[in-house]
Amino acid sequence: MLELKNLSFSVSEENSKEKEIVKDVSLTIDDGKLVVITGPNGGGKSTLAKLIMGIEKPTSGKIFYNGEDITDLSVTERAKKGISFAFQQPVKFKGLKVLDLLRIASGKNLSVGDACTYLSSVGLCARDYIDRELNASLSGGELKRIEIAQVLSRGTKLSIFDEPEAGIDLWSFNNLIKVFEGMRRDINDGSIIIISHQERILNIADEIVVINGGTVERKGAKEEIMPTLLGSSTLVNFCTGAAKEENV
Amino acid sequence: MKFDEIQLRLLDEIADLHGVPEGAYNIRSDSQAIGRRSTEHIVITPKKEVSGIDIEIMPNTKNESVHIPVVLTQSGLKEVVYNDFYVGEGADVLIVAGCGIDNCGTADSQHDGVHRFFLKKGAKVRYVEKHYGSGSGAGKRILNPVTEAYLEEGAEMTMEMVQIKGVDDTVRKTIATLKENAKLVVRERLMTHGVQNAVSTYEVVLDGKDASADVVSRSVARDESFQKFDAKIVGNAPCHGHTECDSIIMDNGRILAVPGLQANNVDASLFHEAAIGKIAGEQLVKLMTLGLTEQEAEEQIINGFLR
Repeated sequence: MLELKNLSFSVSEENSKEKEIVKDVSLTIDDGKLVVITGPNGGGKSTLAKLIMGIEKPTSGKIFYNGEDITDLSVTERAKKGISFAFQQPVKFKGLKVLDLLRIASGKNLSVGDACTYLSSVGLCARDYIDRELNASLSGGELKRIEIAQVLSRGTKLSIFDEPEAGIDLWSFNNLIKVFEGMRRDINDGSIIIISHQERILNIADEIVVINGGTVERKGAKEEIMPTLLGSSTLVNFCTGAAKEENV
Repeated sequence: MKFDEIQLRLLDEIADLHGVPEGAYNIRSDSQAIGRRSTEHIVITPKKEVSGIDIEIMPNTKNESVHIPVVLTQSGLKEVVYNDFYVGEGADVLIVAGCGIDNCGTADSQHDGVHRFFLKKGAKVRYVEKHYGSGSGAGKRILNPVTEAYLEEGAEMTMEMVQIKGVDDTVRKTIATLKENAKLVVRERLMTHGVQNAVSTYEVVLDGKDASADVVSRSVARDESFQKFDAKIVGNAPCHGHTECDSIIMDNGRILAVPGLQANNVDASLFHEAAIGKIAGEQLVKLMTLGLTEQEAEEQIINGFLR
């Protein structure tokens, strides 16, 4: 179980004023749940995800994971405690290959066959990719799916996906939904957090949290929150246009 | 032929050898040839006037290899060696060179190898050269290789030059001249540490129509080390040339990249790319989210980069 208690995060602006990106957020993510965090661009969703992974440090507030205060733990320590993170914009490496990343992610000398299983599950023809370098020769959609395959290969209790749909085509998106549906089925006592604007991703959620202006605007069961979002600008139907990338 | 432990370790580092290699070879240790074998198609003869060997590869020799590793284990040894390779028309061979120096003494040890390659029409060579230094002595390990390649029509040469560890001082000079349809590919991997100094200079002249050269160096300079990469391509015909210097600097490392392109023909197409910078913070963070410590992440990034 993940608990955020009065979490805030601010940055200094050019005029030396503090800008609060996340304001006093308290939230509990229960085991066995798929939670989608949604809300307008610039609302603080990605920052919240980074705070959970430890990529950003909160200005104030606490983060508890399975009852333990992890607020001061490094990214590495949190990863070792079983938290995974899929980046909105996957990082590229010169020289490191897809197989290398899957091996680092899984923490073992994964066989080519096992590595291929993870790639296949994100809709990539595995043998074409295993020896490819993780560089700009791969398309945005390919990089994104490889990013998700890494999280799958880690098999951790808590997985966070920051806008997994950003930058991928419709074809890949359909595969992606299947991947998340599969993860939802096999969730057991783990939990999944997905930052998303997509109706089809919101549809597979157990709970939905709406973040707006750095605070929790609404939260609750999908059945309860979904009707309040339909027709609002928060939600994007994939066929009518993908959400803009969010860098906050 | 028997090797001692130091010789075996050096041979493993520079040529992946665990004993006498297959095919033709010449193994040189502390300025002496300690083993030599010619084959039906590859003949190795010692030079008379200077130290070194002539290697003659018969036309159409295919799938054969020549190993000519050099090891220095005595502190204070200095040598200059001249090796000439004559590769016959249509031959396709692998040549593995390399030099390992173990210096536990206080005097400098130095090996300057001058390698000349004469590739006849349509000949193909893959040349692998690894340099390595070890030993805790104050004496320096110095390697100054000179590589010259002369490629006739349609000849192709791939050079893989690797120097990852332990060489204190190196000045590498590579020159090549290419005739019509000849092709040169260079992949240099270099890492310097401590107070090491490495200079690598290339001059590739594309003389023939549709000749091409692709010279790519990836390097890492750590600690207080310094590197200079100076790559020049001259296009004298309709040709294609590309040089690339891609470097990571760490600690107080310094790198100077001096790309040079000279087009003497209106249809010469020449490119260069150079990038120097530290490891991107996002790369470290990404690998840390997979459970690596910052130091482990750094090692993975560098190992991949220099692969």
